[in-house]
Amino acid sequence: MAADPATGSATRGGTGWRELVAPLLLPSWLVIGIFLVVPVALMATYSFLTKDFRGGIVWQFSLDAYDQFFLDRGLFGDEPPQPNWNYIAIFWRSIWQAGLATLLCLVIGFPTAWFIATRNPRHRALWIFLITVPYWVNLLIRTVSMRFLLRDQGPFNEALLALGLVDSPLRIINTDVAVQIGLFYSYLPFMVLPIYAAVERYDFSLSEAARDLYAGPWTTLRVIVLPAVKPGIVAGCILVFVPSLGAFLAPDLLGGARTYMIGSLIDEQFRGSAGNWPFGSAAAMILLTMVLAVLLWHARSAGREQR
Amino acid sequence: MSSVQSKIPGTRESPQREAVGIKRVVKRYGSFEALKGVSLSIADNEFFTLLGPSGCGKTTLLRSIAGFEEVSEGEIALFGSNIATLPPERRPVNTVFQQYALFPHMSVRENVAFGLRMKGVAPAEREVRAAEMLEMVHLSDFADRLPSQLSGGQQQRVALARALAPRPRVLLLDEPLSALDLKLRQAMRVELKQLQETTGITFVFVTHDQEEALAMSDRIAVMSAGEVQQVGNPQAIYEAPINRFVADFIGETNVLPVTVGEITGGVAKVDLAGCRGLTASAPEGVVPGAHHVSIRPERLSLAATGEADLTARVQRVVYLGTDLQLLARLADDTVLTVRLQNSARTSLPRQGEEIGFRIEEGAVRLLVD
Repeated sequence: MAADPATGSATRGGTGWRELVAPLLLPSWLVIGIFLVVPVALMATYSFLTKDFRGGIVWQFSLDAYDQFFLDRGLFGDEPPQPNWNYIAIFWRSIWQAGLATLLCLVIGFPTAWFIATRNPRHRALWIFLITVPYWVNLLIRTVSMRFLLRDQGPFNEALLALGLVDSPLRIINTDVAVQIGLFYSYLPFMVLPIYAAVERYDFSLSEAARDLYAGPWTTLRVIVLPAVKPGIVAGCILVFVPSLGAFLAPDLLGGARTYMIGSLIDEQFRGSAGNWPFGSAAAMILLTMVLAVLLWHARSAGREQR
Repeated sequence: MSSVQSKIPGTRESPQREAVGIKRVVKRYGSFEALKGVSLSIADNEFFTLLGPSGCGKTTLLRSIAGFEEVSEGEIALFGSNIATLPPERRPVNTVFQQYALFPHMSVRENVAFGLRMKGVAPAEREVRAAEMLEMVHLSDFADRLPSQLSGGQQQRVALARALAPRPRVLLLDEPLSALDLKLRQAMRVELKQLQETTGITFVFVTHDQEEALAMSDRIAVMSAGEVQQVGNPQAIYEAPINRFVADFIGETNVLPVTVGEITGGVAKVDLAGCRGLTASAPEGVVPGAHHVSIRPERLSLAATGEADLTARVQRVVYLGTDLQLLARLADDTVLTVRLQNSARTSLPRQGEEIGFRIEEGAVRLLVD
C-alpha cells in the first residue's frame, strides 16, 4: 500500500488495508460456503444415511450405499458378499470415455490453439471470439441438436449417402461414438483456450535457437515447445477430463443403454420416486474423491517443477 | 547506390578465404523491400560488423544467413557452397540471440550441450566440451543452475558458450550486448574480440551502436534502407565516409554545404562559406558544383593569428570535462561544432567572439549525396 499523501503515514495505510481484508473477503466466503461447502457436506452426510422408498432419506446411519456400490450380496441380500463389478465397470467406462475425449480435444485443440496464437495479433481476438460463439447457446440445446445431426435420417448420414460413401445410414446415434462426439464438441474450447494462452506467451526465438542448434522441426516441438507450453496443456486436459467424467447430457441424449456413464448413474438416483439418494450421494462422493486425487497429483507435480 | 565496394585506403581489397559470400540478396515482405540487392564478402577469421539504424535490414540479413528468413532472391554462400535454401538446422553457423533465447527448463550445462546433443555427439564427449565452454566463459560454478537464476551478463555468456560449443564455421551475433548495462557492455567488447581471436571463428556481428562497431570490428558494413552504404575497416569508415549518411551516422560530424571547383587527382578545391583555398579528398564520380563536406569536430582547432582556415562567431561554449564543445556560426549562418581538448593553457573563447579555426590536413571530406 502506498502511503496516503494527506496523512503521510504508510503504516496507517497498511493497517487500514489489513482491516479491510475480512469484510472484503466475506462475500466470497459466503458464496463458497453456501454453494460449495454446504452441498458437499450434505452429499457426504446423505451417503451415510438410509434410503426412503419414495426417494428421499431416513435419518439413520447406514453404510448400505457404499456396500451396494462395491459388493454384490445376491438378489435378496443374503448371499456371501462378492465384489460388484457393475458400478465399477460404469466408472471405468466413464474414465475411458473422458480420457479419450481429452486426448481427442488435445489432438485437435493444440494445432487450433497454435494456429490462433501465431496469427496477427489483431486477428487473434476474432478467432477466439469465433471459438466461443457456439457457447452462447445452452449445452442442453446444443446436445439435442447434435442428436438431430447424427441420427440415421440426419444431415450427416444423408450427406454420406448422397456422396455414395455408404450404402445404408451409419449407426452413430446411441453408440459410444456419438457420446465421444458429444463430449469432444462440448469441451473442446476448454482445451483450446489455456493452450492458446500458453502458446501466446511462448518465446518463439527459443524455437529458432533450437533450429539453429541443429534440432529439426519435430525435435524442436518435442524438446523445446512442449515443455514450455506444458502448463497450458495440463490445464486444458484437466478442464476437459473432469467435466467429461461427470457428464450426463451427452451420454443420456446421444448414447444408448450400453453407454451409461457415472453422470447418468448419479442423475438417475435423484429422479422421481425410483431414486436412491444415499446411493447417488455415495457414487458422487467416489467420483469427487477420484477427481480430487487427479488434481492433487497435478498440484504436486507442478509444485515439484517449481523447485 | 547499392553495395559500394569502395576503393578507399584501408579497405582490404582482396580478403583471404571467403567465409560468407552474399550475392545480390533481396528480401521482400509483401511490397516492402527489406534488403535491396545486398552483396558482401566476409573473410575467414574476420570480425565483421553490420552497422546501421533500426530498420536498415542488418538483422534481416543476419537472419537470412542463419536461415530464419528465406531470401526472395540472391545467393548466400558459406565457404563456397550455397546455403540459401537450407533450413537452419543444416547450416553450420550458430547464433547468439539478442534476448539470449536460453532454454528455460534446461540447466546451463544442458543449454550449452544442446547443439552437441542434436548433432549426435556422444554423451561423454558432450560433457567434456560443455565443461570446456563453460570454463572459457568463466561459468563452471554455475553449470547446474537454471538460466533464470543467472544475471543478465551471465546469461549472455551462456548464450555465447551455447553457440560456440558445436564449433560453428561462422558465429552470428544479433545485438548481443544491447541488453547489458554500460560497464558490462564495455567489458564484454574486449572479451568478445579476444574470444574471436583465440577461437579463429568468423564473427558476424549486428549492432546499431557505432562505438561498439568501431571498437571491435576488423571491417564494418554500414547499412541503411536495405542497402550497404560503405564497407571498410573502422578507420576508413570514420575518416573517409563516402556519403552523407555514413558521415552523419558514424560519430559526430559537421556536414556543411560547399561549392566544388576543379578536381585533380582525387583532390577538389572547395569554397566553404566564403572561405576559399580549402581542399578536400573527393570520392570517384564527384563533379564540380554544389556538394556537402564532412569535417569532424575534433579535427578543428583554434588558429594562431593569421593562420585561420575558417572564421566563425562563437555562439555557445559547452564544458564537458575532458573536452570543450564550441558551437560557432559561419558567415553563411551554418553552425559549426568544434571539440577542443580541455587543457589549462587554452584560454576559453567567449561568446560572441569572432575567432579563427584551423582545419587539420586532410580533414575535409567531400561526400556523395
